[in-house]
Amino acid sequence: MNRTCLHDLHQSAGARMIDFGGWHMPVVYTGIIDEHRHTRSAASLFDVSHMGRLEFHGPDAEALLQSACTRNVARLAVGRCGYSHVCNERGGVRDDVIVSRYADHWLMVCNASNREKIVAHLGELMRGMNVRLVDRTLDTAMIAVQGPRAWDTLRHLPLGITADPAAIRRYAFVGGSTLGVEYGLFRTGYTGEDGFEIVVPAAVGPTVWNYLLASEQRGGPAVRPAGLGARDTLRLEAGMPLYGHELGEEIDSISSGCGWCVDLNKDFVGAAALRRVATDGPKRKLVGLNIEGKRIARQGTAVLHGSTQVGEVTSGTLSPTLDRVIAMAYVDAAHAAEGTALAVDLRGEPAAAVVGPLVFYKRAG
Amino acid sequence: MSAPSDRKYLKTHEWHKLENGLVTIGVTQFAADELTDITYVDLPKIGAKVAAGKAFGVIESVKATSDLMCGIDGEVAEINKALSDHPELVNSDPFNAGWMIRVRPASPAQLDGLLSADAYAKQLAH
Repeated sequence: MNRTCLHDLHQSAGARMIDFGGWHMPVVYTGIIDEHRHTRSAASLFDVSHMGRLEFHGPDAEALLQSACTRNVARLAVGRCGYSHVCNERGGVRDDVIVSRYADHWLMVCNASNREKIVAHLGELMRGMNVRLVDRTLDTAMIAVQGPRAWDTLRHLPLGITADPAAIRRYAFVGGSTLGVEYGLFRTGYTGEDGFEIVVPAAVGPTVWNYLLASEQRGGPAVRPAGLGARDTLRLEAGMPLYGHELGEEIDSISSGCGWCVDLNKDFVGAAALRRVATDGPKRKLVGLNIEGKRIARQGTAVLHGSTQVGEVTSGTLSPTLDRVIAMAYVDAAHAAEGTALAVDLRGEPAAAVVGPLVFYKRAG
Repeated sequence: MSAPSDRKYLKTHEWHKLENGLVTIGVTQFAADELTDITYVDLPKIGAKVAAGKAFGVIESVKATSDLMCGIDGEVAEINKALSDHPELVNSDPFNAGWMIRVRPASPAQLDGLLSADAYAKQLAH
């Protein structure tokens, strides 16, 4: 099993570790709900080094990414990032990624569990093209700092890295080198909070992690580590899809509610299939469900209209912020309108569920 | 992982403790830690029958839903009402305040067939 450069720090901090996409990762340090609330009120650190970091160099890098991505990456300015899907020929989602444009190359961040698949797929697409793929996953660390006080941790940043949030827009990044250490700082995240994700060489990953954790000693906010458990409940409240739950090879990008990252005016793998979905309208839609009671509807739970199944839950939890049960589900288009009264089958017992917006939590400001 | 030696265990992590003719049942620290934050505990009504090898309730956490298994036959004499508002007691004090039900056993000797604390702890080490 793979280990990130922060693995031993997680273990010595008492984290519970699990296998996640082939990586031995922390799922919880003190408690999922505690870590969740700390992220919403202050700032948390997440080790996201397991995610794939693929660089594309060479004159055909842009053409390669245009053919692989649903998004029109040519429109990204240098210093900007964009969320995109990489689809199969049926318009199903091979992976969801973030593409960042540097002056002389590109970076794609993909899911850990899909990295080998994506490397193989892009390896096929780039045949005959003048482009070079460099997998930086193992020789770099990626740390997400998320929460309303995330940027305050950057005062007196380690190694002289400086960044002004006023100068970095959402989905923008700065890259640079200080004392010979190359870094990238991206205003992105997966929690619904403001914050950033920082990429540094693996050799200095533990130093940066410990430095950020000690932010309070330098007059900054109390920063705590958070695990994959809180990352999941945070992203669910924020209505963000998770590969393997809301996204997969058998779910097309438009039905998944991510049509906004699909440009049907350009050619890419899956474009023809997605044009048909766009013309016919999606048969099912991803919706938010607000569920009565305290029992959680898990992935695979049937969604009912009367006694007829009209959908299936993809993710569900007790929202730590709202203190009620929320879920995401695919529901037949005829029953997907906001306000529709449905039910979920909780091991034989129905619980009332009302279709609502996919986003359950929006940060203030 | 410590397991008190004053009670018996199932390999599915429920403890059973005989006190004054009633058997108190709960889950172990290991189970509570594995489940992570517990959000809901569904318990039977007082007077309900329970049976060895059958589920008596359901426990839910942020991460998972799991059956609560019973190791003896009998009838529910008491339930821990505090858990309906404070399911987190199972995380913070699973061997005491986080207890779940008290059963009037049909045959207290059934407890002899359950795991000792040592046997349970050994199983966890595997």
